[in-house]
Amino acid sequence: MSATSVCLAVIAGIVAGGGVVGFLAGVRRKMDLEQWTVGGRGFGAVLVFLLMAGETYTTFAFLGASGWAYSRGGPALYVLAYLTLAYTVSFFMLPQLWQVGRRHQMQTQSDFFGIRYGNKYLAAFVCIVGIVCFIPYVDLQITGVGIILSVASFDAIGRAPAMVICVLVLVGFVFTSGVRAVAWVSVVKDVLMVVAAVCIGIGIPYIHFGGIGPMFSALAASKPAHLTMPGATANLGHAWYISTVLLTSLGFYMWPHAFGATFTARSADTLRRNAVVMPLYTLTLAFIFFAGFAAVLLVPGLSNGDLALLTVVRQTFPPWFVGVIGGAGALTAMVPAAIFILTAATLFAKNLYRPLFAPAMSDDQVARLARVMVVVLGAISLWLALFSSTTLVSLLLTGYAGVTQFFPGVILGLYWKRARTAAVFAGMVVGVVMAAFLMVSHHDPQFGLSAGFLALCVNFAIAVIFSAGKP
Amino acid sequence: MSNPDNPIVIAQKPGVGAVLLASAPFFGMCFSVPLWDRVHPLLFGLPFNLLWLIGWIVISTLCLAGAYRLETAREKRQADTQ
Repeated sequence: MSATSVCLAVIAGIVAGGGVVGFLAGVRRKMDLEQWTVGGRGFGAVLVFLLMAGETYTTFAFLGASGWAYSRGGPALYVLAYLTLAYTVSFFMLPQLWQVGRRHQMQTQSDFFGIRYGNKYLAAFVCIVGIVCFIPYVDLQITGVGIILSVASFDAIGRAPAMVICVLVLVGFVFTSGVRAVAWVSVVKDVLMVVAAVCIGIGIPYIHFGGIGPMFSALAASKPAHLTMPGATANLGHAWYISTVLLTSLGFYMWPHAFGATFTARSADTLRRNAVVMPLYTLTLAFIFFAGFAAVLLVPGLSNGDLALLTVVRQTFPPWFVGVIGGAGALTAMVPAAIFILTAATLFAKNLYRPLFAPAMSDDQVARLARVMVVVLGAISLWLALFSSTTLVSLLLTGYAGVTQFFPGVILGLYWKRARTAAVFAGMVVGVVMAAFLMVSHHDPQFGLSAGFLALCVNFAIAVIFSAGKP
Repeated sequence: MSNPDNPIVIAQKPGVGAVLLASAPFFGMCFSVPLWDRVHPLLFGLPFNLLWLIGWIVISTLCLAGAYRLETAREKRQADTQ
């Protein structure tokens, strides 16, 4: 067998294996809305851990973190800080959210806003902003699959066929098995991902430089400025670092799918224990950084930093192992894309269509509509990924700035009785508009601070002042 | 637009000790960045800033483990007194 066919066979095996695991995860169960969206609230600590970890380590972690280390250098380190701090924040948020969610049978983020603040327009606004912010995120995953599979298969598969196949597989398992499928595919993905990360992070420096230490010594000698902030960038200094780490760590669990994942847990204690151990999983990302920094010395001058990791992998490892990394990378993109599509479909059916257009719908009809929406949303994202340009990364950061504007509403809603609907709603609208305006008009960073962070500060101030101001 | 049977759902406030423990990582990994963002000394073969963050990932887990013990003990006491 030729190198390419070995590689292709391994990739196909992993993607198909992941798909079968997902399909089998729920095919024998009766899939009502509660089972399909939050797994009947019965996931134990290990499955919740893997589901949340699976949502975290997206293609952005795989290609983006190494790509940033390669093309920007020091500023990439913000990823290690913000993930760890996001888990720290979650310790005080997710268990509480779970308790509230169980008491009021919440399944989505929009449910929380609707029930806590008693306003269906606020709930619909949260729902629409959530879905809009999702679109670039899903697209990024699907585009990522195309890149990963075409590079890892030595260009034997084109980007477009790779994207089509992967979207078909993930729509298939989400349609049949819902969130259970996503959790179980995460299990496969996480095992492969940890093995791949450690092999890459240790193997590449060892094979080319004789170890991690000699690799960094060589880099520190030839390009010392690359390793600190602002690295290879002009404006990503310490003020940017602090504001971005705060923005993204507070916003991390504001993505709509994180609420669904929270509600899958069996108990509040599961989530609290989870928050304690999650930071350790961030250590696997450090290995990805080693590979990204090694690429600076090994393959300088690539125009697209996202390709740095895979280019070095192809130069270093035998074809079968390139196949393993390609397959792991494909699942890394498919798992988050699957949960996003599942969440967006549920939000559309339950929190947008039913309350505004068809209040008489039963839960079973909502579940049926949500499943149809999985197919529709899968098709839309595939179409966008096939025909859109590369400006998606900047759109993704806009998405982050957008969902983070939910944070004041969530944290004040959980802990402060006096938080008023109008104040929270006004703050959120101002925050979303301000973040979108600053980012779309290229004013990010503004005053050296991340634009989303500035909008969040204004948003928080409005929510607190107008809640406290009136009796 | 207020809903008459709107259930205002309020969570238990965490203890001071747990909040203090959990704020340590914010100082270690975020606000103090100008103090540790440097390449030298290269320790264990890693640039200083990278090693610092890796160290703080481990410390953060320890802080949260401490917060977990404080919170579960506090909730147990509250359950006993009720």
